[in-house]
Amino acid sequence: MNGLFFGVGPICRKEFTHLVRDPGTLVFALVLPLIQMLLFGFAVDTNVRQIPTIVYDQSRTQPSRALLDSFAASDVFRMSMTATSEPQMDEALRAAKARVGIEIPYDYAWRVQNGSGATVLVLVDGSDSNVAGQAVNAANGVALTQSIAALLRGKPIPLEVRPMVLYNPATRAANFFVPGLIAVLLQVMVILLIALSLVRERERGTLEQLRMTPVAPLGLMVGKMLPYGALAFAELCVILTVMRVVFQVPIHGSVLELLLMSIPFLLTVLGIGLVISTRAKTQAEAFQLAMGTVLPSVFLSGYIFLIDTMPLFFQGVSRIIPATYYIQIVRGVILRGAGFAELWPNLLILTLMGIASIAFAARLFVRQGME
Amino acid sequence: MSASGAVISAEHLTIRFGDFTAVDDVSFSINKGELFGFLGPNGSGKTTIIKALCGLIKPTSGTGSILGMDIREHGADIKQHVGYMSQRFGLYEDLTVEENLDFYAGVYGITGARATARKRELLDLTGIAPYLTRRAGALSGGWKQRLALACAIVHEPQVVFLDEPTAGIDPVARRSLWDLFFHLSAQGVTFFVTTHYMDEAERCGRVGYIYNSHLIAVGTIAELQKLPRANPEGTVRVKLEADGHSDPSAMLDALRALPGVREATIFGRSIHALIETAAIEAMRAKLPGVIIETIQPSLEDVFVTLTYQIANAASGAAK
Repeated sequence: MNGLFFGVGPICRKEFTHLVRDPGTLVFALVLPLIQMLLFGFAVDTNVRQIPTIVYDQSRTQPSRALLDSFAASDVFRMSMTATSEPQMDEALRAAKARVGIEIPYDYAWRVQNGSGATVLVLVDGSDSNVAGQAVNAANGVALTQSIAALLRGKPIPLEVRPMVLYNPATRAANFFVPGLIAVLLQVMVILLIALSLVRERERGTLEQLRMTPVAPLGLMVGKMLPYGALAFAELCVILTVMRVVFQVPIHGSVLELLLMSIPFLLTVLGIGLVISTRAKTQAEAFQLAMGTVLPSVFLSGYIFLIDTMPLFFQGVSRIIPATYYIQIVRGVILRGAGFAELWPNLLILTLMGIASIAFAARLFVRQGME
Repeated sequence: MSASGAVISAEHLTIRFGDFTAVDDVSFSINKGELFGFLGPNGSGKTTIIKALCGLIKPTSGTGSILGMDIREHGADIKQHVGYMSQRFGLYEDLTVEENLDFYAGVYGITGARATARKRELLDLTGIAPYLTRRAGALSGGWKQRLALACAIVHEPQVVFLDEPTAGIDPVARRSLWDLFFHLSAQGVTFFVTTHYMDEAERCGRVGYIYNSHLIAVGTIAELQKLPRANPEGTVRVKLEADGHSDPSAMLDALRALPGVREATIFGRSIHALIETAAIEAMRAKLPGVIIETIQPSLEDVFVTLTYQIANAASGAAK
């Protein structure tokens, strides 16, 4: 009678040979996530800056130019065009050449100077609610500051709020999204690669052949987990490097602790991939099942939407998604400099999830080994 | 090994999947060094029997043994002594010939000097040495099969199961693969070969025919040809040969219209038929210019006759 894990060595070695042989898999495993990361990391930016703005200044005076300067200084607006008539401004907005239109009436300077209340028209394109909201806020802010300055006539401002954003001072979206992206990318890659590698063996008949050999079901399982686990770990290191170098996201905590705390998450997703591999008959089916795990991990894990503001039901769902806990760990270490001491509850839950998913996969493998 | 000397045996083997009975009360035994052919249409239960004998499927009832090891209890041990090759080869196409061999050696726990020596033997046996560094996927069908066989016997099994090993390869490669089987069988390896091809079955020492989950007949070719059920009383098997230019299919239609014809089928330019003895003289009168001579049934004749009998019995029972 052979051991419970008989065959781990040869399977492991063979799997590494497959990886080296098949550049497609390696590209998929290492390059594709990087491309995704570059796309997401640069494209997903919820901070609105440099909104193209068209200006119709009928006043053309020193006070009107000062107002436009303070709009431009906010960094929210970019004075990209000037209009010479109202229809021209409307046309630019409809064609989306500009998102914001600022119209200063011809009597602006006069009204400001004698204090009879000047009106400036700010037209905002509402087709993107995020852009519209921030543009309105910024415009109000500019108007308020200008009004107070006019009233005070050089005296110091009586009250000023100085907000200080901790951990991500520039409120850069990359700092927030890229650490979350790590969890999503690792999950997709690990689940897909391990599930596809097993389903491919089923499709080609080599799994049937392996069943006729003394390879133990758990030997096969662990033999598959080791190479893909190692690959995922390498991938994690590459992603972290790119995040640090390309996106300039500082890592405030310990990289070593982050790597160690990633192990339970990797085990969990490896287990999910193995379970999928026992269910899927074709590679296409495995692909669909793997992708099915991605959507909840993207939308309900806190990666994009804040869990605290979700409906109660979805808050419950988010608690059973492994990525939820791993994203908290990754953000905690990278952005807040947290470590084991602060993140242990997440680590504990992930460890339990990892044990459960591997144990479940093992059960299915042993049962399938006997058919 | 059991007292009877059987290397492979099945006793009242029955395997059900839910309501479907894949194998129904099948018994046979195969001796050391035999080349046993297993014939039957697709879905008749051939592969299921192999899987059960290798310990992959637990029989619903009945049992079997390999080299004296009970298939119900010693599934894991049996795998160490059994080789298996299917029509799907079980090769890794992106690995080279050598890497495939090394992998399967490793999987059977063969390492170091023993692995090197065994690899040398297998290369000599199959002649695949010139392709050692070629990827398995780039080999022709015949070479793939030789590699698959080498991988299947890397652990020097005493019993080898071949599940339609020659499906879809050319006749020359087929013949040379069979030469390999004979070579190994002469060294004492017991073969259990399933096939669709009658000519392959005729090469086997003994043949079993399975139809609709039942093992209908087992024996040597000569035994099967003399089987009473294949030569029902009051009938005679004849070959009808027309005088050169007449069309055999026209002759077949004419023959089938006559009374007392139980079976008739075209064999090249002639027709093989099973005819009631009483009807033979009338037939000679009706088909002038046709040479009619009695013959031994071919293996195919035997199986066709047995299959008809079962099908008729089944439809009779249904009525």
